[in-house]
Amino acid sequence: MSKFTIQHLGIAVVALLLVVAPFALAGQDYVLRLLTMAATYAIAVYGFNIILGLTGQLSLAHGGFFGIGIYMVGLLTTKQEWPFWAAFAAAIVTTAVLGFLCGVVALRTREEYFAIFTMAVGFIIYLVLSRWESVTNGMNGISGIPFPEGFGIVDFENPIVMYFLVLLFLAAAAYITHAIRRSGVGRTLIAIRTSEDLANSIGVNVGLNKQLAFAASTTFAGIAGGLFATVQGFVGPTSASVNLTFELLMFILVGGLGTVMGPIVGSFVVTFLFETMQDFQSYRFIVLGPVIIALVIFAPRGIVGYLNAFVARRRRARARRSGTSAPSVQDRGPSPEEPAGSSPSDTRGAS
Amino acid sequence: MLLEVRGLGKQFGGLNAVKDVDLDVAEGEITAIIGPNGAGKSTFFNLLSGFYRPTSGSVVFKGQDITAKKPYRTVREGIARTFQTTHLFEDSTVLDNVLSGRIVRSRSTVFGAVLQTPGFRREERLNLDKAREALEFTGIADFADELAGEVPQEVQKRVALAIALATEPELLLLDEPAGGITEEETTRFGELIRRTAARGITVCLVEHKMSMIMSLADRILVLDHGQTIAFGTPDEIKRDPKVIEAYLGADDEEED
Repeated sequence: MSKFTIQHLGIAVVALLLVVAPFALAGQDYVLRLLTMAATYAIAVYGFNIILGLTGQLSLAHGGFFGIGIYMVGLLTTKQEWPFWAAFAAAIVTTAVLGFLCGVVALRTREEYFAIFTMAVGFIIYLVLSRWESVTNGMNGISGIPFPEGFGIVDFENPIVMYFLVLLFLAAAAYITHAIRRSGVGRTLIAIRTSEDLANSIGVNVGLNKQLAFAASTTFAGIAGGLFATVQGFVGPTSASVNLTFELLMFILVGGLGTVMGPIVGSFVVTFLFETMQDFQSYRFIVLGPVIIALVIFAPRGIVGYLNAFVARRRRARARRSGTSAPSVQDRGPSPEEPAGSSPSDTRGAS
Repeated sequence: MLLEVRGLGKQFGGLNAVKDVDLDVAEGEITAIIGPNGAGKSTFFNLLSGFYRPTSGSVVFKGQDITAKKPYRTVREGIARTFQTTHLFEDSTVLDNVLSGRIVRSRSTVFGAVLQTPGFRREERLNLDKAREALEFTGIADFADELAGEVPQEVQKRVALAIALATEPELLLLDEPAGGITEEETTRFGELIRRTAARGITVCLVEHKMSMIMSLADRILVLDHGQTIAFGTPDEIKRDPKVIEAYLGADDEEED
């Protein structure tokens, strides 16, 4: 269909790296596990991308919904002994419905109020998960979460197979983002991000679309959380804390808000940066804090956003150079001259 | 009548920004709304397009009561508007800006986009055709791939109009379409508005450039302090003593 561009090349390289990585890392289980984790986070980041990157609403409940996904799978598979896939489906439905319901309030809030409201939601979720001990085991968390049931020769106890399962969801998330961006739905969300007034004036139902975008973002978080639970096998409430929300926020800022590949790039790059700074433990935020600030100031579009803008600028410059003449306004048909002096003079001054 | 406004009013606190305004607009006409600064012209537009809720009165469009309907409803009914300060999606290309105007006429969903259904593809092709047509009509096809924030002021004004046209309106509300462009560009823009009306799109515009209005408008509504002080053809308005008074500011006593 469309021409093969430098962007397609970039996507192909990233995809190839992700597919080849587990084989190149044969035997290094720890690194593979890290990759799998980064991929689950990246799925959640795609959710962030929909609400923050495309719609422009900073949702700080994201870690909380990730936690709901974790706990739905964790509790249903261990305490209720549901099969993983049933629990996983329940996690997806729950986060979608809860997101849609929270979105009713999100309908009525704007900008910082939306951020504060969602932060409160995220915190409430965390409190419930960490304090409702009779159900969630409180701070002790849940252990013994099973791997997904395999079918045929597909056995998810093999870490490489598990990795590819997560990768499959990640690829779907990336593709959905791509499809949304190229459709009227994407234009709707971007219109809201750019200016709610302008979006209103072209007939966008701003409230409803914000609500749907929020529900979509929480659903992605739920999917990611459900996968995280089975990848980890053991989870606690800290995996759903507000800190996680900010980590996910950093992933997307580094990768590039609103871009198709940003969440993948950001999640993997930052996860591995975190890893190399592991010795610093929680002090790593002292290093990473300034890194985020520098990013927001100097590269607000993130890595992928920066590359995209660079390519687009060059393409436009080339098109301009190859154009035969400078672009100009071209009215169709001759415009009849206004009879001069027949109308009163301009009264702009009286305005 | 395409548009029938009766006793329309808007109070902000104790202030009557618009008070008891009647207006009939016939299909295909160009109606100009003029008045000194703060006369309530933009507020009047905001009431028609649903950006503000009127505190009194009614708006009937195509025989349907649309009073206090939300903007997304009024646009769907066929009322498009532009803003006084040109509002564009500045980081998007001109073409993408105009494509945004197609949202209200699209029925495609996320599922159609993800599965690339035939219906979705057909609609996207139609949207692209309509957007290109709007660019052609407004004379800015050359700028389709430029960023909207980087094109000249005159082009930006035309992009705003093209976005509005892409929504397939029957009534177009233009808030100072010729603000900030040169005399010559204004003349050309006036011509574009005339061609728009010739396509059967009814136009209401707020404008300060009298030469443009006098040559363009079929009827003129003059507002002062939120109230109608005159309504008529350009010739009638030019001779109306109350209009002359309002513009010269001779009488400031009635300012309550």
